[in-house]
Amino acid sequence: MSTTAKAAAGTADYLDQRTGVGKAVKEFARKVFPDHWSFLLGEIALYSFVVLLISGVFLTMFFVPSMALIEYHGQPASMDGVLMSEAFASTLHTSFEVRGGLLMRQIHHWAALLFMAAIVTHMMRVFFTGAFRKPREVNWIVGIVLMILGLAAGFSGYSLPDDVLSGNGLRITDGVVKSIPLIGSYMSYFIFGGEFPGEDIIPRLFTVHILLVPALILALIALHLFFVVLHKHTQYPGGGRTDKNVVGFPLFPVYVAKAGGFFFVVFGILALMGGTMSINNVWNYGPYDPSPVGAGAQPDWYMLFLEGSLRLMPGQTEYVIGGYTLSLNVLIPAVVIPGLLFTFLIVYPFLEAAVTKDKREHHVLDRPRNVPVRTGLGVAFLTAFIILALAGSNDLIATHFSMSLNAITWVFRILFFAGPVFAFWITKRICLGLQRKDRELVLHGHETGRIVRFAHGEYIEVHRPLDEQERWLRVNYDAHRPLEIEPAQDARGVRRKGYKKDRRMQRLSRFFYEDRVEPVTPAELAAAHSHGEHDTLAGAPEHQEIGSGAPVGGGRTIVSPETGPDEQNR
Amino acid sequence: MSDHQHSSEVGTTSSNAPGAELERFDDPGLPEHKSRMADRDPKAAKRAERQIVVLFAISVIGTIASLIVYFAVPPGETTASVRLSTLALGLGMAFALLGIGVGAVHWAKTLMSDHEHVDERHEQRSSEEVRAEAVKALTDGAQDSGIGRRGVLKGAVISALALFPLTIAVPLIGSVGGDWNVSKFRHTRWERGMRLAIDPSGRPIKAADVTIGSAVHVIPDVSEEERLSHAWITEKAKAVVLLVRLDPRELKEAEDRVGWSYDGIVAYSKICTHVGCPVALYEQQTHHLLCPCHQSTFDVADGAKVVFGPAKRPLPQLPITVDDEGYLIAQDDFDEPVGPSYWERLK
Repeated sequence: MSTTAKAAAGTADYLDQRTGVGKAVKEFARKVFPDHWSFLLGEIALYSFVVLLISGVFLTMFFVPSMALIEYHGQPASMDGVLMSEAFASTLHTSFEVRGGLLMRQIHHWAALLFMAAIVTHMMRVFFTGAFRKPREVNWIVGIVLMILGLAAGFSGYSLPDDVLSGNGLRITDGVVKSIPLIGSYMSYFIFGGEFPGEDIIPRLFTVHILLVPALILALIALHLFFVVLHKHTQYPGGGRTDKNVVGFPLFPVYVAKAGGFFFVVFGILALMGGTMSINNVWNYGPYDPSPVGAGAQPDWYMLFLEGSLRLMPGQTEYVIGGYTLSLNVLIPAVVIPGLLFTFLIVYPFLEAAVTKDKREHHVLDRPRNVPVRTGLGVAFLTAFIILALAGSNDLIATHFSMSLNAITWVFRILFFAGPVFAFWITKRICLGLQRKDRELVLHGHETGRIVRFAHGEYIEVHRPLDEQERWLRVNYDAHRPLEIEPAQDARGVRRKGYKKDRRMQRLSRFFYEDRVEPVTPAELAAAHSHGEHDTLAGAPEHQEIGSGAPVGGGRTIVSPETGPDEQNR
Repeated sequence: MSDHQHSSEVGTTSSNAPGAELERFDDPGLPEHKSRMADRDPKAAKRAERQIVVLFAISVIGTIASLIVYFAVPPGETTASVRLSTLALGLGMAFALLGIGVGAVHWAKTLMSDHEHVDERHEQRSSEEVRAEAVKALTDGAQDSGIGRRGVLKGAVISALALFPLTIAVPLIGSVGGDWNVSKFRHTRWERGMRLAIDPSGRPIKAADVTIGSAVHVIPDVSEEERLSHAWITEKAKAVVLLVRLDPRELKEAEDRVGWSYDGIVAYSKICTHVGCPVALYEQQTHHLLCPCHQSTFDVADGAKVVFGPAKRPLPQLPITVDDEGYLIAQDDFDEPVGPSYWERLK
């Protein structure tokens, strides 16, 4: 035994005698994880969070969370001698005098944008592949809470430098909070410690940003990952992959290297971004002052949908009822709309389970096309989100494309309602189309482009049948059917309790599963092949395979992998 | 067959139907393993190893470079030199990190075994025996505690636990909102006779200085001491005003506001009635004021009424006149709360 091996064995023995770590190593060292690029999205979120922690600790060493006014002396020249809060002054100090300070600030900001982007795309992956299904519903909720905490972290951090841009963001928040019926004014005082902006908001946001929210995020990430280990990771469909197994590579060494290496890749790319792409140059905006505001100001991307929502709402919807003001023109876009969006995300897994009456565990992911209504709803949701985000930039769209701001706003107002409906419809049709294409492929094989002429003059195209892995991918799914419910009256003609509820659920279920494309069965495949004179697929050169007579590309189909035209006969 | 319709019954496969398994294809099992270049050719493996070594070496060089840069490229005195230092440090760091990252991933993908392993999954649900034991553990525990028999005790425990957070919540809520006096929203720093001053210099404005078509950002004429105090920012957040001079013939004034303007000069609160952004963009031709945050548009010539966007109410008007020396002064404070709406605004 070499010295290193001896030292390692000694350490392991020491630890195991005191912690029993051997059991954990045995259990987890060779734990299998499936491999797919889309599984990296969640990893990006995790790693950018780690980068946020590292760069964040660096920044806290120099940031002063205080709104006390001081006269700033130092770089840049434009800010020299300006009266500003200590928060803003320390941000300038970090950027201009601390070596690597600006780099860390920019890495931190880019990492925050990437964190949210990774969370959102990770959620999209989970949604469209049905990874939220039993037993992972709880983890889906944990993920949504993490996303909301991510928004809170981003928002609280964005406001800390106390510059004009973020100060106006806080002012908008104040306006939104005041619109809440009954308690709005008190909520505003609760947040700002008095009237906006007061002297408390920066220290308070600092505590929220560096203690409260990160602690919650860390705890929930731990829970999120615990669930991943407990449930074992989902896997994409394919040969040998079932709901009863997990196929992939072992944690040690493959994922230690791959996932560990990927952390460095994510961090490296963020360092590259922080070094080369400037972001949030607060000294160009100046310290917060309630009077000035720049045109074309944009929040960070993950807040754009709220901004757009506020911009689109027509102002007529503010009402005075019994002397009290109800600002629906603020309440609906800033509270109700995001509330509805988040509620949809939270409720969806349970809704789908209810209309499917599916109690099984699912570990093999869906191909999005195989669940057309879910995919359609997801795309509709994204469409609404994107339209709101675009509306949040309507002034930039107007100036860049020289269009009327009012016209753009009206177009977005209409699109907000029409866009998702259209997106749902077209996505569902595309999914059904893709499923039919899959059936077509399974039944008749790949088009080879080889045209064959028979002795009696008929032309056909030779089709190459799918190999069994290709076929399995296209036939291995469930086409759920709408629920069947018991009749309104039982055998003795007594009205059944709960019939109406069942009926509603059935209607919903029909919405989900009325239109569907069933997977090809072996019998169908056999039938498709025997419509001709015989049914062979491969390896019988004297035989040829005529399709069922369905027209494909304007001609008859023939399935024959290796046969040349001269070997064929009818 | 190819235009198989959704409601078609051609496929008899159904997950619900008994015997469905017979109607399904068999799982073909794991696809065949395809060996990689490095598996087949020792030379390729050696080459990959060299590449990985080079990548890790790049990381080391990146780290050394960033240390050199730390000393050699200080942030300096100008924005450009700060940028240069940031760029150099960032590049060194990026190479240090990417070398490790790309090297490790390349190692895993080319040299580590890529044979897939299969682990079994087990249902999350515990077995019936385990469940029974769990239920028994809980009932035993509950019995040991006697919680079921001692109703008063149960009530006392629940009450104590439910009430104790008040010891934290009450002091917190009592202090977190300052004095909780929300009626401050109603008043601004403006008062009768207070001069209008230019923001941010604080120089009072004479009516004669305001030319037709111009817009001036205005604050109350308070002492310099007050303007440099911290409380000022909160007062200013309510008191900022936009002053515009129009041709008096173009100005439409409501009956009850005749006399609030002076010779075509009108003053409106700059705080948007939507969510409170400063309404800062004035369009001279149309007399429109545009809020850059959410594009609420107000017509200055017509009582600052909303002509477009998410705001409902006109901007509050500051009644103005001139004093003996020709300086513009406020006749009084605003007669309504400025800024965004809130529940008890009209009470």
